[in-house]
Amino acid sequence: MIDLYIPLIIMVAVGGLFGLSNVILAEVLGPRRTKTKTKLSIYECGMEPITSARERFSVKFYMVAMLFILFDIEIVFMYPWAVQFKVLGTTGLIAMGLFMLLLFAGFIYVIKKGALKWD
Amino acid sequence: MEQDFLLSAPITFLSIMATILMVVDALIKKSSKITFTLSWLTLGITGVLAAWTLKHNGTAFNGMITVGSFGAFFDILFCMGALLTLIAARPYMQRENLEHDEFHSLILFAVSGMMIMAHANSLLILFIGIEIMSVCFYILSGYMRSSVRSVEASLKYFLLGAFATGFLVYGMALIYGATGSFDYNQIFMAAQHELRFPSLMMIGIGLLLIGLSFKAAAFPFHQWAPDVYQGAPTVVTAFMSTAGKIAAFSAFMPIVAIVSPADTEMKIQIILAIISAATMLVGNISALTQTNIKRMLAYSSVAHAGYLMMGLVAISAHHARGVSGILYYLSAYLFMQLGAFVIVSILERSGEKNLEIEDYAGLSKRHPVLAALMTIFMLSLAGIPPFAGFFGKYYLFTAAIESGYTWLTIIAVISSIISVYFYIGLIVKMYFTEPNESGESTQQLPGIASITLAVSAVAVVFLGLMPAGLLDVIKLLFGN
Repeated sequence: MIDLYIPLIIMVAVGGLFGLSNVILAEVLGPRRTKTKTKLSIYECGMEPITSARERFSVKFYMVAMLFILFDIEIVFMYPWAVQFKVLGTTGLIAMGLFMLLLFAGFIYVIKKGALKWD
Repeated sequence: MEQDFLLSAPITFLSIMATILMVVDALIKKSSKITFTLSWLTLGITGVLAAWTLKHNGTAFNGMITVGSFGAFFDILFCMGALLTLIAARPYMQRENLEHDEFHSLILFAVSGMMIMAHANSLLILFIGIEIMSVCFYILSGYMRSSVRSVEASLKYFLLGAFATGFLVYGMALIYGATGSFDYNQIFMAAQHELRFPSLMMIGIGLLLIGLSFKAAAFPFHQWAPDVYQGAPTVVTAFMSTAGKIAAFSAFMPIVAIVSPADTEMKIQIILAIISAATMLVGNISALTQTNIKRMLAYSSVAHAGYLMMGLVAISAHHARGVSGILYYLSAYLFMQLGAFVIVSILERSGEKNLEIEDYAGLSKRHPVLAALMTIFMLSLAGIPPFAGFFGKYYLFTAAIESGYTWLTIIAVISSIISVYFYIGLIVKMYFTEPNESGESTQQLPGIASITLAVSAVAVVFLGLMPAGLLDVIKLLFGN
C-alpha cells in the first residue's frame, strides 16, 4: 500500500528541494546591489493603480459569465456520448436529445427574458 | 424502460410541465393567467397520476427510485400543498405587485424536487431532489426584490443552505465509503453485517443527520427558519414551512430506517431523541416571546419538527407506529400550518404592515370569519381535540411510548402545554381585546384564497373528527 506512494513522495521532495535551492543559491551567489524602496516593492506591470479595484461592476457581466459557464458545460456531457455513440445507440440518442431539448428550453427562456441584452 | 416511465409518471409529467410553463412564460407577455391555469391543472393531474401509482410498489430506473405507496402518498401531499398555495398566492401577488410569472414554474420545479426526494432510493437521487427543491426556495424567498428583508432572507437561506448541503454530501460520501453503495437497499444489507469501518459509517450518519435536520429546521440547525420565514413573501413561507418540511421528513424516514441496523449501541436513536426534545422545547419557548406573527408561526413550525422527530425515534427503534404517526401528523400539519399562514397573508398589507400580533386585536369584530378560521388552526396546532393536530400528536406520543421513550413523551407533553400559551394567546387577542386604534377599516376580501382556507379548515376538522379514515388508508398502504 505505502510503497505505491514512494515515487510520489520522492517527486514532492525533489520539487521542493529544487525550488528552495534556487532561492538560496540566488541569494548566496547573486551580485549584491543597494536596496532601495522601489527595488524592494513588488513587481507590477502596467500603470500605477489610481483607485481601489473593489468597485461595483454591472450585474450584466455576471449574467453573461454565468450563462456562458452553464451552456459551456453541455459540451462536457457531449464528449463521452460522442465517443460511445455506437455503443449507446438509440437509447443514448434519445437521452441526449432530451438533454439538448431541456437546454434549448432554457436558452429560449434566457433570450426571451432579455438576459443577454447589453443595453 | 416504458414501464419505468409509466410508473414514474407523476414526476416525469410534472417536470415536463414545469419546463413548458417556463417557456410559455418567456414567450407570452403577461402570461400569469395562462401559467396559473396550466399550473393548477398540472398539479391536479399529477395528484391523480400519483393516486394511480399508489398500488404499484416497486423500483424504477435500475433501482434508482422507488415507486408506489410511500412516494405516491407524499406526491399527493405535495400536490395538495402546492395547489392550495397557488390559489392563495393569486390575490396576494396581485396586491403586492409581485406578478412576475416565474412564480408558477418555480413552485412546480420545487414540487418536482420534493417528489424526487420522496421517491429516492439512492443517496445521489436524494441529493439531486434536495438541491432542486432548495434552489427554488432560495429564489422564492427573495421574490420581493424591492424588500430588503426578503433579499436578506434569500441570501441567508442560500448561504446557510449551501453550507448544510456540504455536510449532507460529506455524510453521503462517508456512508458510501463504509458500505460501498449509494443504494438504500444495499446500505441496509451492509449495515446488518459487521462493517469494516464502523466509525466511518457513524460519522457519515451523523453528518447526514446534520444536513437533514437543517432542511427540517430542527434544533440546533433551526436558526435560519425565523429569519427566512419572516422575510419571504407570506405565501412562499406557507409553502416552505409545510411542503418543504414534509419533503425533509420524506427523506428523513427512509434514511433513519436503512441506517438503524448499524446502530447497535443505540447512539443514533439517543441523538434523535435528544434533538427531538431540544427542538420542541426551544421552538415553543422561543415562540412565547415573539411579537411578529410570522416569527411566532416560524418557531411553532420548529417545534412541530420536534414532535415529528419522535416518530423518527420510533422508526429507528423498529416500531411501525412511527411511520403511520409521521404520515398522519404531516397530513394534518400541512393543512393547519398552511391555513394559518394564508390568513396572515390575507390580513397583511404592503410594506410588511399588519404583521404584529398586536394588529390582531379585536379581529373578531372586523373579520369574524377569518378570526373563527384562525381559531380552528390555532387550536389544531396546539393539539386540542377535536381537531387534526390532537390525533397527530396522540399517534406520535403513543409511538414514542411504545418504543420505550416515556421521558421524551413527558417532555413533548410539557412543551405542548407551553405552546398552548401563545396559540391561545392569539385567540384571546382576536376575541377579547379591543382594537388599539381605528385599525384596518377597509374590508379586504380574500378572493379565491378563501378556497384554500375552506379546504384547509374542512380538512383539519374532518381529519380530527374522523381520524380512522386516513389511518385506514395508511394501514392499507403500509401494512400497519
